[in-house]
Amino acid sequence: MSKINLTIDGQTIEAKSDQSILEAAREIGIDIPYLCYHPDLSLHGACRVCVVEDLESGRLLASCATPVGDGMKISTRSMKARKARRKNVELLLANHPNDCLGCDRNRHCELQDITYKLGIQKEDVEKYEGDRRELPLNTVGPALKRDPNKCILCGRCVRICEEIQGVSALQFTQRGFDSIVTTAFDLPQAEINCANCGQCATVCPVGALTEMSEIEKVWSALEDDKKHVVVQTAPSIQATIGEEFGMDAGTVVTGQLVAALHRIGFDKVFSTDFAADLTILEEGNEFLKRLKGNKKLPHITSCCPGWVKYAEHNFPDLLNHLSTAKSPMQMFSALSKTYYSQQSGIDAEDIYTVAVMPCTAKKFEKDRDEINASRFKDTDAVLTTRELARMIKEIGIDFNSLPDEEFDELMGESSGAGTIFGTTGGVTEAAVRTVKEKLTGEPLERLNLGFRGINSAELEIGDRKIKVGIANGLANAEKLLNKVRAGESDYDFIEIMACPHGCVGGGGQPRPATNEKKDKRAAGLSNIDVSNEIRKSHENPQIIKLYEEFLGEPLSGESHHLLHTKYKARPKN
Amino acid sequence: MKETIYRSHVLVCTGTGCVSSGSKNIKMALEDELAAKDLSDEIKIVETGCHGFCEKGPIMIVYPEGVFYCQVESEDVAEIVEEHLLKGRIVDRLLFKEPFTEENIPSYSDIDFYKKQKRIVLANCGRIDPEDINEYIALGGYEAVGKALTKMTPQEVIDEVKKAGLRGRGGGGFPTGLKWQFARNSDSEKKYVICNADEGDPGAFMDRSLLEGDPHRVIEGMMTAAYAIGADEGYVYVRAEYPLAIRRLEKAIKQAEEYGLLGEDIFGSGFNFKLHIKKGAGAFVCGEETALMASIEGKRGMPRPRPPYPAVSGLWGKPTNINNVETLGNIPYIIKEGSEAFSSIGTEGSKGTKVFALTGKINNTGLVEVPMGTTLREVIFDIGGGLQEGKKYKAVQTGGPSGGCIPEEYLDLPIDYDSLLEVGAMMGSGGMVVMDEGTCMVDVARFFLNFTQSESCGKCTPCREGTKRMLEILNRICEGEGEEGDIELLEDLGQHIKDTALCGLGQTAPNPVLSTIHYFRNEYEAHIYENKCPAGVCKELAAAYVIDESSCVGCGQCVKVCPVDAISGKPKETYVIDAETCISCGACADRCPVDAISQG
Repeated sequence: MSKINLTIDGQTIEAKSDQSILEAAREIGIDIPYLCYHPDLSLHGACRVCVVEDLESGRLLASCATPVGDGMKISTRSMKARKARRKNVELLLANHPNDCLGCDRNRHCELQDITYKLGIQKEDVEKYEGDRRELPLNTVGPALKRDPNKCILCGRCVRICEEIQGVSALQFTQRGFDSIVTTAFDLPQAEINCANCGQCATVCPVGALTEMSEIEKVWSALEDDKKHVVVQTAPSIQATIGEEFGMDAGTVVTGQLVAALHRIGFDKVFSTDFAADLTILEEGNEFLKRLKGNKKLPHITSCCPGWVKYAEHNFPDLLNHLSTAKSPMQMFSALSKTYYSQQSGIDAEDIYTVAVMPCTAKKFEKDRDEINASRFKDTDAVLTTRELARMIKEIGIDFNSLPDEEFDELMGESSGAGTIFGTTGGVTEAAVRTVKEKLTGEPLERLNLGFRGINSAELEIGDRKIKVGIANGLANAEKLLNKVRAGESDYDFIEIMACPHGCVGGGGQPRPATNEKKDKRAAGLSNIDVSNEIRKSHENPQIIKLYEEFLGEPLSGESHHLLHTKYKARPKN
Repeated sequence: MKETIYRSHVLVCTGTGCVSSGSKNIKMALEDELAAKDLSDEIKIVETGCHGFCEKGPIMIVYPEGVFYCQVESEDVAEIVEEHLLKGRIVDRLLFKEPFTEENIPSYSDIDFYKKQKRIVLANCGRIDPEDINEYIALGGYEAVGKALTKMTPQEVIDEVKKAGLRGRGGGGFPTGLKWQFARNSDSEKKYVICNADEGDPGAFMDRSLLEGDPHRVIEGMMTAAYAIGADEGYVYVRAEYPLAIRRLEKAIKQAEEYGLLGEDIFGSGFNFKLHIKKGAGAFVCGEETALMASIEGKRGMPRPRPPYPAVSGLWGKPTNINNVETLGNIPYIIKEGSEAFSSIGTEGSKGTKVFALTGKINNTGLVEVPMGTTLREVIFDIGGGLQEGKKYKAVQTGGPSGGCIPEEYLDLPIDYDSLLEVGAMMGSGGMVVMDEGTCMVDVARFFLNFTQSESCGKCTPCREGTKRMLEILNRICEGEGEEGDIELLEDLGQHIKDTALCGLGQTAPNPVLSTIHYFRNEYEAHIYENKCPAGVCKELAAAYVIDESSCVGCGQCVKVCPVDAISGKPKETYVIDAETCISCGACADRCPVDAISQG
């Protein structure tokens, strides 16, 4: 790529010819505000908030969508540019509820931020007073709710759903002032092909797309003396929740997270990583069985509920390739109301299970008809990382000054393998660590296999070559599976995570999220793995105890009853 | 086979306008009548495309004399056959009557409406049967592309178009040769040409008429463009609301394929070209190039930022050249007659002719083609026959929803791209709406902005939100709720939208408002500060009607038509209008046989 010279706000700089003005400006420390632009998505050029002035022609250019040009003289701050930028924000506000106090995104809203930075006043907006969009809210869930009146039509949700997820559950419809983003035929979320992944909510700059909140439900359970409230936290949370408290992406805060959960009042604080180790033993053995019998290959992972629902809509013919093993969350919940109940002597009826997840699809998964195994609802509530952070903030816990605390006994111990479930390639790596030892009978020495960020690999296990495929982002999954469907690929094992980068990029994670941040979060999880003394799932002592005292062995009758599930085809619409 | 020689040809217009006023029935009646009189072997009926004079349709022309009959009805057919075709006597009462002289004009070429036109693009429209490729070929059709493919290199074709000075007829006026050059310079195995027939300006029907009346000309233009840029596949993007144009185009493509004019190795030159029709759902914004391509690809018709330009990355990411129907319609003439013949017509910066859809408060409405540089006065008064009912000219709106209103002081302005821009209007695709003194300019601005607001794709903030706010202000002004500062706010928002909108639709949407404020600011001010609509159009501002006591004959007819029962009185006595109840609709004044009612 060739280099060119241009002047931005009086500074002459060298830039790559394929850069946009916005990118070039950022490199010299000038942040041009924007709303529709997103570094991980295609260019849209719609909000016109990032306009800058071309001083040669006097024209205003959308800096996100205009490539730098040799000899360009750009002002990001001329009177003309500033006025135009303000006016476009004012126009957006004139058709926005502006009820920030009651909004989920209050103080975390990109529109609010820009309004503040540009110093826009009430009267600046009032001069455009007129019609406002007044559409009914869509709050039936199961995982997400939409407030179309807050939507500023930036199209980020539309683009991420189409480009990264290949689902296109959301699209623009209508024209002119009536334009709106909605589902096909305005159908509720529950009736469309939405995977509930929540990626839309992670990129929405305003409060138009958010998770269905279960905070109040959890507070009520905590308040109820009769309830014994057990919480599990998914592997990725320990490397992401710190962002909600001002820490850098990828900062590992396991001990503080546990301390905060104890202070909120959970009776037991456990780790989903424990159940991830359990998943490896169940799914690993299932894979070994398939491998030996050479049937139902490729074996496809099923721990991601976004992916599972996507498969039910789009690849019903491949559903028998999915592992029947439940996700770690559901394994954990089933055990909470059976194994834990038995061990603690607490009646399962009185146990209330809360799962802190990086994920909005988990909210749907817990309500699946076929998922419960304990005679009760296995998972009572799912909180996203963001929801948990709000609970911590609500009761005034100073997260940053919390001491480190340990997960509680019985279901709190985990191996490094269980932890890296939270990132793409992690499940594969964890599985290989166990499967390889089981198959060869020899201890595995080299552990860091480096599956993160790759999409296929070939391994030699004993005398057998095993081909693995890995995809994150459902659009990537679709490409991979189309090859399987067409008989063009010979994978033995496929790992799929619906969200880009896996759970660290989940729909319930702190906002704003970019690929750069997600990568740092994943690195945080790797650090935990590397520093863990136990790095193989089958070496987790609490898992060994669980099999010895309760389940028998992997794929046993009791395991099947509690830890395995089934899937159903859903319409493609 | 011996060709039948006919002694007379009767051309019946079957353009959409004449078909809607009954020309198909006329044609059937004519067939029956000719058969009854045993004349079917002597006289041939030809169904043609549009003559442009739709106001006077259905139109019939009898050759060899070239006698022009207008507003023909089925009942007239027997008389035409008996008198004209058998006895050689022209049926006077069906001839065109000049509006001023009231003189009957028998010959097509003597009618002012046609006399001052120069038809290059529309040369065959109304002359040939558009459903018969042989008629097109007989008039020199496909000679141009034959010449290009066999005697010229692609670069020579582009150079010829450049030398001709042809500029895009769809709106922007970008030099066509240069556009082709960009697409030619893009290195790619696969390229596309697209004909933009997503005509959407209110009242405009240039593209439709050409596709209906001479589809092969457009195909020939596309083939030439494809050869020049190195494309082998093309799309005609045409609104589904143009069923006749689509049908004729489909037929033309089929015939061209049968003749080997489309397909593989055309004229033995090694050049291949495949042509498709893509029907659009009628979104105005799909006339914008990037939105049009998105629509062909099956996506929502929304413009995207440029660059990349279509010439670099267009349809399905391949280099693509998009031209308007009329632009392509000029190509065969340029290649066949040479660039000099073309560039000798027109002005310094605008060569050739331009087709306009002339409508509004004018005597002769219809489709006209005039040399660039013709003055507005010539088009409106000489060709258009002046204003209806001798009313006073107020303004002409050119360029449709993207254009502006031009007042009387510029009537002698020569029409070309640059002069129109200078006066705050634009060429656009060729809409020309003439307005008289009874037109409210605020209302006109409101009409066009209402159109662009509801046709906005909703993608960018200034167009979606900004035009809505402008429209609300205009509505307010027209309803008598205008406030001080509204005009300035309109100007401010208008300029803002022009400066920051994503595509041409938004960037030009404020033009009708800004140009009417520029030339008719006093009308805006009258609405706001004097609570008056000078043209008497805005109902909320119009004064109540009053009955002149001395003239009223007490007939009571006004009472019968008043929709709000505002008129009271007894027969044979003087009637009175209650000013509070009157909604100033003017129905009573129209009905009054003695002109006793007027606006107070």
